[in-house]
Order: sequence, then structure tokens, then C-alpha cells
Amino acid sequence: MSTNKESWGSRVGLILAMAGNAVGLGNFLRFPVQAVQNGGGAFIIPYLVCFLVMGIPLLWIEWSMGRFGGKFGHHSTPFIVDTMHKNRLWKYIGVFGIWTNIAVAAYYCYIESWTLSYVLHSIVGTFSDLDQQGVAGFFSDYVSIGTSTLGIPYEPIVFYVLCLLLNTWILSQGLAGGVERVAKVGMPLLILFGAFLAFKGFTIEAGVDGAINDSAVGLNFLWTPNFDELWSPTVWLAAAGQIFFTLSVGMGTVHCYASYVRSKDDIALNAMSAGWMNEFVEVVLGASILIPISIGYLGVDRVTEMVQSGGLGLAFQTLPYLFFQWGDVIGTFAGVMWFGLLFFAGITSSLAMGTPWMGFLQDEFNWKRKSAAWSFGLIVFVLGMPTVLFFKYGVFDEYDYWAGTVSLVIFALFESILFAWVFGMKKGWREITSGADIRVPGIYKFIIKFITPLLLLWVFVGSLVTPKDGDWGAALSGNWVLDDSSIINKLNNVSLKRQLAEATDPAMIEQLQNTLFFVNASRILLVIVFLSIAALVYIAYKKRVREGRI
Amino acid sequence: MNTSALVIMLTTMLMVTGTTLYFFYQVLNTPPKPEPDSYLDNDDEAERQIPNH
Repeated sequence: MSTNKESWGSRVGLILAMAGNAVGLGNFLRFPVQAVQNGGGAFIIPYLVCFLVMGIPLLWIEWSMGRFGGKFGHHSTPFIVDTMHKNRLWKYIGVFGIWTNIAVAAYYCYIESWTLSYVLHSIVGTFSDLDQQGVAGFFSDYVSIGTSTLGIPYEPIVFYVLCLLLNTWILSQGLAGGVERVAKVGMPLLILFGAFLAFKGFTIEAGVDGAINDSAVGLNFLWTPNFDELWSPTVWLAAAGQIFFTLSVGMGTVHCYASYVRSKDDIALNAMSAGWMNEFVEVVLGASILIPISIGYLGVDRVTEMVQSGGLGLAFQTLPYLFFQWGDVIGTFAGVMWFGLLFFAGITSSLAMGTPWMGFLQDEFNWKRKSAAWSFGLIVFVLGMPTVLFFKYGVFDEYDYWAGTVSLVIFALFESILFAWVFGMKKGWREITSGADIRVPGIYKFIIKFITPLLLLWVFVGSLVTPKDGDWGAALSGNWVLDDSSIINKLNNVSLKRQLAEATDPAMIEQLQNTLFFVNASRILLVIVFLSIAALVYIAYKKRVREGRI
Repeated sequence: MNTSALVIMLTTMLMVTGTTLYFFYQVLNTPPKPEPDSYLDNDDEAERQIPNH
């Protein structure tokens, strides 16, 4: 018998936990950058279309798969998907739903620990006397580990371990007593902090507190539509990708949370409420902070240049400096709120990542909740230390790319086919609408069966063979040169090998050779983890057979 | 702000905020199902129990 006796405390708690699972750092750091890079205000059109035809269907698929598996006492994807079809191989596809979470948690908790550390540094005034270069330099020193800024030796490692301990302890308190309680406090605070910073983002005046632009300049930059971009497949691919990552679908966490919902209870309205809450945080709050504030103080050109390397740089290397343009007191408060909201966005997601592994151990090997939680903390620590120690050699990015990007698309593609075509749309529709507190539009039968899997297939193929500079016109006319960001070129380390061939400086050559080694080593490590989980699933299956449970 | 940016921003933000509030309002105002349900809160409230036949 499974030792898993978890339950949600309340419906609102479940929705906040599910929204917290979806709301992550990407809502504040990735979305605005994607919008800027892909047509400004026109990006929102493909983004919302993809939400309607891919995001919402995937949410309903995952919620109903989870609740369906929960009826049979399964709380992790290997055996949830196993209940949906007799083919024994499906459970190994389900391994993605545990592996992704462990691998993503390993590096995600590291960023989460930065936010925790930056909250503390904002309070003690570390950034108040630094100029912009000083704040950027602080970040570089921080991730290079050697420099201690608070007098704590190996400060990033200490904060990383603290963050892991906090996550593990909360997980050990259970769903209602731990995860849900954090979501009930964290989500309202996140929205409150976000609303304050969005207000500041909307009220910047040129010439006041060192600002060089009004808020309107940044908002124009973000929202002015470039409708020509609407015809670009690259923009649609970016929009589909953003919807995908923002909702935390294809991870196995939604299945796990939903597996604790009884079959007579609603999932259709719950999924809508949690999904739209995530959209509110992303589109309304996420779009109103990073870009308007940065452009207000740095100008369009600087920010255009800076967003090429993503939102992390702006968030950690620039905003702490800009906040102190508002004075020491408001600067401190703004720093605490910014990194506080990123921390809550992070922890509500990382907690969700722990639950599939814990559910698996409790269901299959009768582990107690506390032991399962601590085992998660330990594995994440071991797997995460390379991202901390070898950050500059690209280990972090490698985890993010394979576990946090590619694997999500693969698993979501498989699950949408399983749900609509193997399990069958008739049974699937019954699962979605059973106990529903809203009327689910019938058009979604068609969308879930045809549009969503096709869109996912397109996202996967588009990422596999992305043409150079996203020039699909040239590619389709016969000149298909792969971009360095395509999965195939990434796998072959094309960009790294080119840099290595072109490098002449011995120090640079050594750095690139080390990077190549660590990139390949981290891939091997990730494969070993995947195979180990698959082996555990096999052992669990054999155990079930022995016990006559199959 | 220029007009097109303002229109797109306000339309999007109002639509997303409105839909979020609408669904959350639905959650708060939908009567709970009788016990046993999925949630621990209110497990012991008499009016939530299935009547004995």
C-alpha cells in the first residue's frame, strides 16, 4: 500500500499553488525580452492565439491526466501515463515528468538562491554606494564564488544550500501544510510587490531622479506593434515557446498536483483560473517592470543591446543600481520587492518540482514523506553543485537547454498524442468535463485532437532544424543552413567548435576547451540521471507485478 | 505613448485582468461539492456532508 495520504487544504489553495507552479522567473525576465525581440505589441497576438490553442488545451490535458492517474493511486507521470494505455513503454516516456523536475530544480534553485541573497544585500545596502559597473561587477564576483561580500566564505554555495534546505523542509511539511501554505502567502505578496513596481514603471518622468526618458518611451518600445513580424514563423515559434514555458506544461508538475483531486471535483475551471492568473502576472505585471524602468534610465539603445543576452543580466546587474536612483529608502524597498517577488515566483515553482519525485517514492517504494523530501533535496544538491561550481563553463545553460527547454516540448508532444489519439478523445473529453464547474467549449475537442499536437510538432521540428537567423524563406527555397540555436547544431557543439577554431589567445582556447568538456560532461550526467530514474521505474513495475498489483 | 501601442496595451491588459478576475470569481462563488471532496478544509462542517438515505 502506498504511504501517500496527501491532500489539498482548499480549492483556492490548490489554484494558488498551481498558479505559483506556473508563475516563475520567466514571467518577469523572459516574457518582456521575447516581446521586444519579436515585434513588440504584435507579439501579443500570436502569444494569445498560442495560449488559446496550445496552452489551455495542454492545461486541460495535464489536469485531467493527473486526476485520472490519481484515481488509481498514482502521483507521478510514469504510472499516470501507464494507466492510460496498455503498452508498457509509455511509463518510460513518463520518466520525463520526474527527470525534468530534478534537473531543472538543480539549476533553478541556484537562481532562486541569488534572489534570496540579493534580498539580503538590498536590505544591508550593498548596492546603495555602487555605480552601474559596480553592481554588474558584484554579480560577476558573486557567481565566480571566490569573493565573499558579506564576510561569508563561499557565499553563493551557502545561499544555494540554504535555499535547498528551505525547499526541502517545506516539502517535508506536505501539500496542505507546506506547499499550499507557501503559495497562499507567496502569491498575494508577489502580486502586491509586482503592482508596486509596475506603478513605478508607469510613472517615470524624464529629468526626475536621473531618468532620461518618460515611462512612455519604454512602454512604446514594448507595445508598439510591428505587424510585418506577424508573418514571420520565428515570431510564432517564439510565442508558442513562451506560452509553453510560462505555463510549466510538459514538466509533470501539473499532473502531480492534479492527481490529488478527486474525480467528482472540478478541474476545468481550476485550470482556467490558475492559467489566467499566470497570464495576469506575465502580461500585466511582467511587462510593466523590467523594460519600462530600464529604458527610463538607460535609453532604448542600451537596453536593446542588453536584452540580446536575455533578462537575467538586466534583473541582477542593472535593476539594483536603477532602484537606488529613487533614493536610499525607496531603493531598498524596491530591491527587496523585486528580488522578493522573484524569490516567491521561484520557490512556488521549485516546490512543485519536488512533488513528482516524492509522489513516486511514496507510491512505489512506500517511503515516508519526510524521507522522500530529503532525498529530493540531496539529489538536487548533488546534481546542482556542478551548475554552481562550473557556472562559467556553461553547465547551467546546458541543464536549462536540455532539461528546461527541449525535454518539455518532447514530453508535451507525447502526452498530447497519448491523450487525444491513444487514450482517445471520447474518454479524454469525459475526463476534462467530469465534475466541471464551467461549460467547456466543444470546439476544444477538435483543437485538442488536431491543432495542439500539430502545433507542438511544429515547435519541436522548428527547434530541431531552425534555419540560420530564423530565415524560413531562404530555408524553404532550398538554402537550409542550420542556425547555431537549432537542436542539431547544439548537440554537435557547432558554435563552440567554431569559436575554438577561430580563437588565437591561449587563455581563450583553454577556456573554450574547458567549456566543451563541461558541456559534454553535463550531458552525460543528465543522461545517467534519466536512465537511473527509468531503472527505478522498471524496478517499481516488477515490484507491482510481484505484489499482484498489475 | 503612441496610439497603436496604447490601444494594444490597454486592450490586452484589460482583457487579461478581466478574464482572470472572472474565473477567480467563479471559483469563489461556485458552491462546494458535498463531502468527501478533495479538500481538507471544512471536512467536518455538517452542511457539507452527503445526507443519509
